[in-house]
Amino acid sequence: MAAPHASLPNVGPNGSSNGGLQISYSGIEKRYGMRMALRGVSLEIEAGECVALVGHNGSGKTTLLKITALLARPSGGQISFSSGTSPLSTGDVKHRIGMVAHHTLVYDELTAEENLVFFAKLFDLPDPVARARQSLAPVGLARRADDLVRTFSRGMRQRLAIARALLASPQLLLFDEPAAGLDPEGQQWLGATLANLHAGGCTIVMSTHGRNETQGSVTRAIRLEGGEVTHDSGPKGDPYGVLAMAAVRETAEGDAR
Amino acid sequence: MSLAHSTATILAKELRTEFRSRELLGTTIVFVLIVIVLFSFTFDPTSSESRRFGPGLLWLSFLFAGSLMLQPSFLREQTNDTLAALRLAPIDPFSILAGKMAANFLFLLLVELILLPVFAVMYNTAILPVLPELVLVLALGTIGLATTGTVFSAVSAQARLRELLLPLLLLPVLAPVLIASTEATAAILRDPSELSRVWVTFLVAFDVIFLTATWLVGEYLLEE
Amino acid sequence: MGTETQIGTPSRAIVSLPSLLGVFLLLAAGTYAAFVYAPTEATMGLIQRIFYFHIASGWTFFVSFFLVFVGSVAFLRTRAAKWDWLTVASAEVGVAFVTVVLVTGPIWAKPVWGIWWTWDARITSTFMLWVLFVSYLVLRTLIDDPERRGVVSAVFAIFACLDVPMVYFSIWWFRTQHPQPVIGGGGSLDPKMWQATMVCWAAMLAVMAVLIRVRYRLEALRSEVDAIRLEASRHTR
Repeated sequence: MAAPHASLPNVGPNGSSNGGLQISYSGIEKRYGMRMALRGVSLEIEAGECVALVGHNGSGKTTLLKITALLARPSGGQISFSSGTSPLSTGDVKHRIGMVAHHTLVYDELTAEENLVFFAKLFDLPDPVARARQSLAPVGLARRADDLVRTFSRGMRQRLAIARALLASPQLLLFDEPAAGLDPEGQQWLGATLANLHAGGCTIVMSTHGRNETQGSVTRAIRLEGGEVTHDSGPKGDPYGVLAMAAVRETAEGDAR
Repeated sequence: MSLAHSTATILAKELRTEFRSRELLGTTIVFVLIVIVLFSFTFDPTSSESRRFGPGLLWLSFLFAGSLMLQPSFLREQTNDTLAALRLAPIDPFSILAGKMAANFLFLLLVELILLPVFAVMYNTAILPVLPELVLVLALGTIGLATTGTVFSAVSAQARLRELLLPLLLLPVLAPVLIASTEATAAILRDPSELSRVWVTFLVAFDVIFLTATWLVGEYLLEE
Repeated sequence: MGTETQIGTPSRAIVSLPSLLGVFLLLAAGTYAAFVYAPTEATMGLIQRIFYFHIASGWTFFVSFFLVFVGSVAFLRTRAAKWDWLTVASAEVGVAFVTVVLVTGPIWAKPVWGIWWTWDARITSTFMLWVLFVSYLVLRTLIDDPERRGVVSAVFAIFACLDVPMVYFSIWWFRTQHPQPVIGGGGSLDPKMWQATMVCWAAMLAVMAVLIRVRYRLEALRSEVDAIRLEASRHTR
């Protein structure tokens, strides 16, 4: 995988950030058939925080991210967003969220540029073609703009997925295990990208297994287990305790299996 | 973003995907030809019999072909979970359905128009004098097929045995469209040709009712 | 999904004794009306008596069809599980009644007109109805997650129900354009026959109500079991 040589992505191609979103979760529950994925999660995430959600598979991280992205509706409880002091409606919020999920969320049958132009149009961005082109350079895909995504490596797809998430200069970024499948070089790039986004003031919530490269910018760590919050380092606290504990537990559970 | 705009964007993307590979188009056309040929083996048509059975055969093969090629409509969005990407966008969820319905309609209509001259040759029918009426009936029937087929593609994408499920669900529900389109086509190809007001009105009613139903309840199929 | 977890309620009879008795009485009345009260039909003889159950089952099916439509719409709007229970119960019972219609039809037709089946408007439409509602039930078995199953099958049910008048009209108009000898019907009914038909219909409706109630309770109990399992898994962590 060629090392990305261009400058790292800002919150958006136009460079400016509008500050991050604040999120308020109140008693969030989510039931899938017989399985309780989330049982009464209540949190306040402030603007500009970089939150790491840790916990093993099935703990509810992905579900919480989906509910935050407004992809799934909670079975109980409420989620609300605000920017600065003003609360936001659902329609407003969707414009301001970018998500990098477990799947790539891009079309294999289209080129990188076609993908970005398509999503830029759906997000109602002015001059979508220029926007798309501008978004490819920071993730090092400018030279592959006219190649079908089908031909991309995992690392390149991840980078395209990030470019897609950043198209509309989001105030909230959601990452679902972004480092999965990336080689060490890719993980390093990802860590630097996150640092840059965090510096731009964007609120970031990401689920992670506690790998090192992405931890650099984390300001808060929340541990989920069985759909409940078991540990929360809080907005002002030190996240590394929770992160370290999560890593130890991971290893222990891994050994136990 | 307005419904029309997002629908058009999605429509453009669908068409681009379909026509980039053209494998689906070719496969569908060949499949319809195979069905027509097979039907002709099951009875040995003299010229007048061909004319009687021809329209029914044509529409039956369109239905079969449709129920197979409509499947990828939503399955395609599952590979990289691009359906989530569409739902993340600040668009009316109905535009996802509308864009796909429009794309499937255009695609199926294209298949039918390509096959029409083939059909005319095989069944010794003169279609040029009645082409406008024929295209009208083709379009109305295909709207019903595309609308219902797209919705049921979303339905079956969430179930097991989805390749079998889509034809199972679609064909009975489209039986009225089959009857109406066949009868209308037969009336047009008859001598003297006439445009059946009853059947055309019926097709319009079917299309309106099912489009409205899709608009009212379709987006529930897309949520999680 | 809005289920009520009632752990520890005393077991309730699914159908109360008085209502069971009522159903039996109505069935008895209907059978009496069909086999004794109604006069023997002039041309068709004894076999014609099956007509009362045949037609009553048909009308009863339409009631359950209506319930499927209402249940599906209500479930989509409220997401209360009880509407999903009602829908599946009505669909299953409805399929049973259509099957009765499709089976009693040929039994009646063969001795009287010499053929088991014909593709006339009524039979064809009835058969299509059977296919549509069986498809609904097949769809339900192929979706595992209960919430998605309810939503997706409700959408399909709405389309299938909207399709029913379309099916009827298109087949009927087709048959008027391409007429066939029609079997089964025509002629006016003796007032006693009308009364017998009504009594039979009341009996069939009562049977339908009981069957739906039983099936509904079964679905509700399944939901309760799921909810109890959920509670249990929560406490064993």
